[in-house]
Amino acid sequence: MESFVHSLVKAVPVLSGVPMWTLTLTAMILSAAVLLVFALTFGGVGSYVLRKVAGDIQARIGPNRVGPNGILQFLADGVKLVLKEDIIPAKADRFLFALAPYFVFVGSFAAFVVLPFGVGLIASDLNIGVYYVMAVTSLVVVGVLLAGWASNNKWALLGGMRAAAQIVSYEIPVGMALMPAVLIAGSLSLQDIVRSQGGLLGVFGWNLFHNPFTFFSFFLYFTAAQAETNQTPFDLPEAESELVSGYNVEYSGIRFGFFFLAEFGDMFVVAALATACFLGGWHIPFLHAEALPAFWGNLLSLGAFLAKAFALVLVMMWIRWTLPRLRVDQLMRMAWKYLVPLTFVNLLGVSLWLLIFKGKGIPQMIASLFG
Amino acid sequence: MNRPAEALPTQEMLINMGPQHPSTHGVLRVLLRTDGEVVVNARPDVGYLHRALEKIGERVTYAQFMPFTDRLDYLASMNCNCAYAWSVEKLAGIEVPERAEYIRVIVCELNRISSHLISFGSFTADMGAFTPFLYSIRERERVNDLFEMVCGNRLTYNYARIGGVSADAPPGFLEKTKEFLDYFEPKIDEYNNLISYNKIFVHRLANVAVVTADEAVAYGLTGPNLRGSGVAFDLRRDEPYSVYPKLDFKVCVGTGERGRLGDCFDRYMVRINEMRESVKILRQAIAQIPDGPVLAKVPRLFKPPAGEVYFRSECPRGETGFYLVSDGTANPSRLKIRTGSFVSMNIFEKVTVGLMIADIVAVIGSLDIILPEIDR
Repeated sequence: MESFVHSLVKAVPVLSGVPMWTLTLTAMILSAAVLLVFALTFGGVGSYVLRKVAGDIQARIGPNRVGPNGILQFLADGVKLVLKEDIIPAKADRFLFALAPYFVFVGSFAAFVVLPFGVGLIASDLNIGVYYVMAVTSLVVVGVLLAGWASNNKWALLGGMRAAAQIVSYEIPVGMALMPAVLIAGSLSLQDIVRSQGGLLGVFGWNLFHNPFTFFSFFLYFTAAQAETNQTPFDLPEAESELVSGYNVEYSGIRFGFFFLAEFGDMFVVAALATACFLGGWHIPFLHAEALPAFWGNLLSLGAFLAKAFALVLVMMWIRWTLPRLRVDQLMRMAWKYLVPLTFVNLLGVSLWLLIFKGKGIPQMIASLFG
Repeated sequence: MNRPAEALPTQEMLINMGPQHPSTHGVLRVLLRTDGEVVVNARPDVGYLHRALEKIGERVTYAQFMPFTDRLDYLASMNCNCAYAWSVEKLAGIEVPERAEYIRVIVCELNRISSHLISFGSFTADMGAFTPFLYSIRERERVNDLFEMVCGNRLTYNYARIGGVSADAPPGFLEKTKEFLDYFEPKIDEYNNLISYNKIFVHRLANVAVVTADEAVAYGLTGPNLRGSGVAFDLRRDEPYSVYPKLDFKVCVGTGERGRLGDCFDRYMVRINEMRESVKILRQAIAQIPDGPVLAKVPRLFKPPAGEVYFRSECPRGETGFYLVSDGTANPSRLKIRTGSFVSMNIFEKVTVGLMIADIVAVIGSLDIILPEIDR
């Protein structure tokens, strides 16, 4: 942010009279607003796409009433959510009940800050990016547990308990599955991780193809992350047919909207992290984005990043409408007996690979064979 | 924080599941006593849909009771219609034209398919996979179209009459049915590929709520729930009625293929396989159906001779039996209905001990209960 402001001042000399901190603050607020708008739009459009995808998969049409092809359905839904009466159950813990949605929303939204959308498009390139994401998304647990407890509803409590157990358990495999990317880049910053995957035509430099262990890491991460964000087949906290709606059952109106948006935010964060850590982030295949003029480089790399991330989101939706749900004990068994050991072995494998082959991946070795 | 364990006692949680709950398949209330997620005791509480159908039966004439049987098992109205018609015919000794019997068998088996489709679909939806549910609805629509052709209704058919059926099958009906069968048979494989052998699905169902053959017989289970425990008992074969003796079909039983014999998965698979058998029956029935009248001569003021009769037939949810007592007047002096779901519900409390809350949903789905049939 500082460097951006410095370059801005250099480019527009008029601004040099303004105090530095106001410029930085304005830039911060602006970038936060842009991200917020993006997150909200994604939540809205995402819900429309989700329903359309569901319609396609389920041999029906999906929303088609509001606007051409139902494209404005999400606006109607949004307006409805805002206008609905905000009901707080009489026996609920009012303060915690009101607090919970913010935790959940902040937990998922704060992760957007370090997502590398493009060559220079990152709100804040923290040098602990991956850790930061892991840390802030843990806030969601607090919110979900609060929501379940404060609702004073046994179904909500069960949902909250399930969610807490699930998110805490799956954070471990998620973190360990991301570590290979960190090891290869030698940095926790997401921007550095993306940059480390730039070589070899922008495709074969991806961590996904680096070595067999990273290849599996991607799928392990994707599976564990599905669980961490409570997506089917791990949607036990919501489990419509068992718990009715889980921890958010007592929420209505915009408070429910926060949970809803956070869910879509989580979806995007997972897809974006997978993209950044394994699929080359904003690198455009067969095109060197960093060498392009700044405007075009940013625009095209943003497009590439979003395309990859949205493709993953679509895969998540596809999974969501295909698979049934695990039971709670099976879910825990899967985390602790399979995913944790597997990600650990993977991490070990990647470390050994990097040690033995001096950090070179398979595509790199093949490329060096041909000179 | 070194408090002894007694200072922090744990207690069982009492949860009220239903009467409004998406997975209780109607207005069933289950009182769950749980230890966390583990169910200590699950007590079903039925009766929310009681309409005193048996008492109504004593106040209306024999023919007038026919529409009420639609509301017994609304997913299999044809079977209930015919079961009642057969009972009254047995009571009065009425000879039904053969064509009518064939039409009855055709609509009954079609209805068995559509009922099993709903059972399959809602069961998978309960397990968290919503897509197969809509596929099953898609196929059921075509059965409903066929029924609309034959009797004008799509849910409550009121098609059977004492002595036959209300109207002959319209021209084109049998061809359309054949078309449906050709369309539907491959779909069963599609279901199996999509969900039946899905690993998660199998893990959710295998070894859950095992009902042994002895238990199933002792509790009086009938229909797919009994056959799921490995007991090959089917009224269509073992106590043949109508034209079933002329038709060749297999009685599907559970095999314990993915877990122990009599678990939820076996009960589920029995229904899937029965759909295949129904297709087989339908093809034969369509090939054999003779021409002729579809309604026997029954006097307008129908007064069966005094006496009593119990007739049972194989409905999608087990044995549906009508016990009729006639005193020679136009109304039955006693009408008692025995339904499969009500009996299935009895074993619920026994098999759910020690399961998890998610399994309760699986048990309800695999027993395939329907509430209007329980409460009547």
